Amino acid sequence: MAYDLIGKNFTPPDIYGKVTGKAKYAEDFRADGMLFCRMLCSPMPHARVKKIDASKALKMKGVVAVLTADEVPAFPPPNNPILTNEPLYVGDPILAVAAVDETTAQDAIEAIHIEYEPLPFTVDPLDSLHPGGPTARLDGNVANRGIKLQTIKWTAKDFAVAGEGQLPEGKPAEEWSYGDIEAGFKQAKVVLDESFVVAGYSHHCMEPRTAMAYWQNGKCHVFGSSQSQSFAIPGLARYIGIKPQDLVFIAEYCGGGFGSKGAPYPQMAIPAHMAKKTNRPVMMRVSRTEEFFIGQARAGFQGRVKIGFREDGRIVAVDAYVVAENGPNIGFPDFRNFGHTISMVYQPLAMRWRGIPVLTNTPFRGPQRGPGANQTAAAMEPILDKAARKLGLDRVAIRTINAPDNNAKHGHERATVTSAYLKDALEKGAAKFNWEEKKKLSGQRKGSKVIGVGIGSAFHPAGLTGFDGLVRITPDGKLHIHTGVGNLGTYSYAGTSRVAAEALKCKWDNCIIERGDSRKNLPWNSPQVGSNTSFTQSRTNYVAAMDAKAKLLEIAAMDLGGKADDYDIGNERVFLKSDPGKHLTYAKAAQRAIELGGKFSGKEAPQDINPITKASVAALAGTGLIGVAKDKLDIKGQPPALAAGFMMIELDTETGKFEILEYVGVADCGTVIHPQNLANQIAGGGVMGIGMAALERHIYDPKIGIPGNVELYQCKPASYLDAPAKFAWDAVDKADPASPFGARGIGAPLMGCSAAALVCAISDALGGHYFNRTPIVPDMIVNAAAGRPQSHKPLQVNTQ
Amino acid sequence: MSKDMMPNFELLQPTKLADALSLLDRRGNEIWKVAGGNDTYAWIKDRIKRPKAVMDITGIAELKGVRETADGIEIGALTTLTEISANATIRQKFRVLADAAGRVASPQIRNSGTIGGNVSQDARCWYYRYGLNCYRAGGNTCYADTPSGMNREHALFEADRCVAVSPSDTAPALIALDAKMVIRSAKGERVLDADKFFVGPSVDIRHLTATKPEEMVVAIRIPNTWAGSKFYFEKVADRNTWDFALVNVASAIKVNNGVIEGCRVVCGGVSAVPRYLKVVEDVVKGSKQNEETAALAGKTVSHGARPLNYNHFKIPLMENLVKRAIRDAV
Repeated sequence: MAYDLIGKNFTPPDIYGKVTGKAKYAEDFRADGMLFCRMLCSPMPHARVKKIDASKALKMKGVVAVLTADEVPAFPPPNNPILTNEPLYVGDPILAVAAVDETTAQDAIEAIHIEYEPLPFTVDPLDSLHPGGPTARLDGNVANRGIKLQTIKWTAKDFAVAGEGQLPEGKPAEEWSYGDIEAGFKQAKVVLDESFVVAGYSHHCMEPRTAMAYWQNGKCHVFGSSQSQSFAIPGLARYIGIKPQDLVFIAEYCGGGFGSKGAPYPQMAIPAHMAKKTNRPVMMRVSRTEEFFIGQARAGFQGRVKIGFREDGRIVAVDAYVVAENGPNIGFPDFRNFGHTISMVYQPLAMRWRGIPVLTNTPFRGPQRGPGANQTAAAMEPILDKAARKLGLDRVAIRTINAPDNNAKHGHERATVTSAYLKDALEKGAAKFNWEEKKKLSGQRKGSKVIGVGIGSAFHPAGLTGFDGLVRITPDGKLHIHTGVGNLGTYSYAGTSRVAAEALKCKWDNCIIERGDSRKNLPWNSPQVGSNTSFTQSRTNYVAAMDAKAKLLEIAAMDLGGKADDYDIGNERVFLKSDPGKHLTYAKAAQRAIELGGKFSGKEAPQDINPITKASVAALAGTGLIGVAKDKLDIKGQPPALAAGFMMIELDTETGKFEILEYVGVADCGTVIHPQNLANQIAGGGVMGIGMAALERHIYDPKIGIPGNVELYQCKPASYLDAPAKFAWDAVDKADPASPFGARGIGAPLMGCSAAALVCAISDALGGHYFNRTPIVPDMIVNAAAGRPQSHKPLQVNTQ
Repeated sequence: MSKDMMPNFELLQPTKLADALSLLDRRGNEIWKVAGGNDTYAWIKDRIKRPKAVMDITGIAELKGVRETADGIEIGALTTLTEISANATIRQKFRVLADAAGRVASPQIRNSGTIGGNVSQDARCWYYRYGLNCYRAGGNTCYADTPSGMNREHALFEADRCVAVSPSDTAPALIALDAKMVIRSAKGERVLDADKFFVGPSVDIRHLTATKPEEMVVAIRIPNTWAGSKFYFEKVADRNTWDFALVNVASAIKVNNGVIEGCRVVCGGVSAVPRYLKVVEDVVKGSKQNEETAALAGKTVSHGARPLNYNHFKIPLMENLVKRAIRDAV
């Protein structure tokens, strides 16, 4: 269906600020009398702070205050602390110092003497699970959301049975199953049992998580770097120790988050506490190194999958086990997403999943683009290729036969989906990439260079419900779309705002997006995470627009006679269907709404909306026609984000280097809201996937527990010159029935499908050599090509 | 451990070479020389190296630019890597240097980074850069060379307590070209062959070059000896930009009627100094420049390698690169 705005390219309004430099990120704000603060971070991987002597520092000229863990709210372990007296990794913030400038603050930090009691540490989950192995915290080595902090050790027999090459399968923290996996394996033609490692690594947001805060008239004003706007408020208020209504939160621009800034993070509260202590505004600029320490990281996986295939490639049984490297604190449930993703992407007829998140003394983990799901893609897709080789099947065919469709079930609950077209995405991609011809090039050699082609498919959940929408038509005829979703940088805040404009048939030029500052009276919206904005915000903006539309019709009926049903909207007017000449302009209707008051002008608000939305409506009351509602639209099943990637590389067996000759990414994201932006996401996710598959690293010395890649150049995210030479994209573009204009989210799996396609292409170029590990770096390829052993053990982590 | 916050320091900004040398003569032991700053400022902001004074030499115009001489060219130490990679004379006569300079780091770094800085940069061993008190930092241990040390990027050859490698991309090219390093102090000038300029830990474990505190590199002279030869440069790094070489190779080869009359092949990233592979010339001299000769050359170069926990891949990688440096030199 053709729409006026949906599916059309446009320029999101924040782009102007970004290209002119007028955009203000957290670090760009200043306030009179502002102090700067710096953190003192732990030099040890695990220790107890026995004594802090800051007396010399406090006597230094320009030093104003020292803030310790004892002065900020504490949260029960294993939650991420703001500051700590038991640092759990190198870089864990212990205290902060405020001074007139940063150099002075750092000089003061160097004058502080801390007496530490060193404690045992570990950087490898399997070491920690070993009987007698080190435990990351004094109070346990296993924890996650919904899993209490506890100590789990496996038996020596567990390790002995597995041997060095396979993942031991001791006691899990969680497990589920459906179907009869043993019966499934019996009917399988091919059964593979693969152990693997997917390395976790840091987020490296281009904008470090700087924050500035001051207190004014009883409210705390925080200028932060956040993916999410309204969603961040309750959590940040908790970190500061105030009520949500006493927090003013400004986060108009975000220089990348990749999941790590989706929810408020503890250190964002440090300037607020320091500002309270000093009674002055405080800026905490976070440096690149500090961003490595507190910027979170993706959980690493050590996993094992036993997987049975029928002759036609259909997966009949999966027995999956994952050990997740969880960092020292609560982490993120990547390990659960591993099982869920397998159940969704491959639709196995029977499956068991077991998992255990194990604590390590490395930076705390948080969600990173496709948390758990993209590790799964990188680990699982080459296993499909291995099976296809054994079964003599085409690699597209083995994916499409297992791909989820509208009848898909997932998880042990056998839940349903709103819609799913991964098969379509694979077929579209195969056509665009010209798979049938390209696969003939596989293994073609020119000197030391050999062609490899690979396919990746990936998934992430793509939508939430129950948030609020808020729009306002003002007497100047403008439609104000109040969006509290945040601005990660993907522009989906703007694309989904157009849903309200489309529903109210407004010209885009007459729309104003209100966002980025809680003083702009924003609704309670979803976090801008997990590929969900397109779906979730389409629904909230739609319900708000529908509420506004109902009020427009009602006002027209009141003023012009008849019933509301007799009227319709169009061309920014509400008109009598039988006589369009009888109409009210939106401007006039807005004026009438103000005069009428009550629900029309926001003097009354629905009871079921969130208190944050309620407060915004109350503040806006009397300024126009208010459309506000909670999203209670019908939904049956999980909206999925699905993606397929096709890649061709030329790999040099003598150097271990490869060039990506071509990449095609295809999205199954329902209706495409903003084509140009989707193309950007497919390309950006594709490049990020290249980093995951072959570049980005997270290394720790196991003996002294220090990180080997605190500097950005040492972490090696993909550069411009590592990107594909040729890029193309496509979308299935079939509407999802649970989304007002059919859109689902897509951000996360666009990375996973690229990572998987590259891993598969490298193995293809090497004639079916499977590394069972990411990243696949040049030394591994050189060793494989030269027939030499790898330097790392099969399940070793932190190696590259 | 990185502090990531620049401290205050005394900044000296001479605009005449004589003034710079005079300062070094008086305060050489407490002055840190800086040009592009790409190596220096990381050390200083991390508060690991704490020089009392920093001398910014970028205002000394006489150290900039490429000059033709009777016997070749002279490159001022402050000539940027971008200028070198684009210089017509260098491209025409000594292309291997232009190619090497063009593969350093990233465009931004090449725009500010100088040839003098590139050859004078410090080791990139991550333990050393982290600020640990290792041998190279003046301590009495090496953290990289332990049973569990993470030493993928480290040395195959001539380790002596320290296992760090030469990080420079231009250094192998300069040695291949038999360049001469011009070093000045207030007391005068000395000229070192490039392969004598770089020093390993057995000579000086704290420094990668023979430059003394009161001295500075002012120019690099490249004789016409290898002008117009066949050349090859290749750098293998994890990333295609802003990365240090795992191994790099530079070669200059004289070929007459398809027969190799002489060559100089140098590998970086395998030892603390760029490894001049004299053995290659012994093997290939008088042979045809072809696959067979190149393969033979490759096989000779890893003799004596002592791989660490994670770097044995450098053996085949180095062999392959040397093979290509002979076979594919044009």
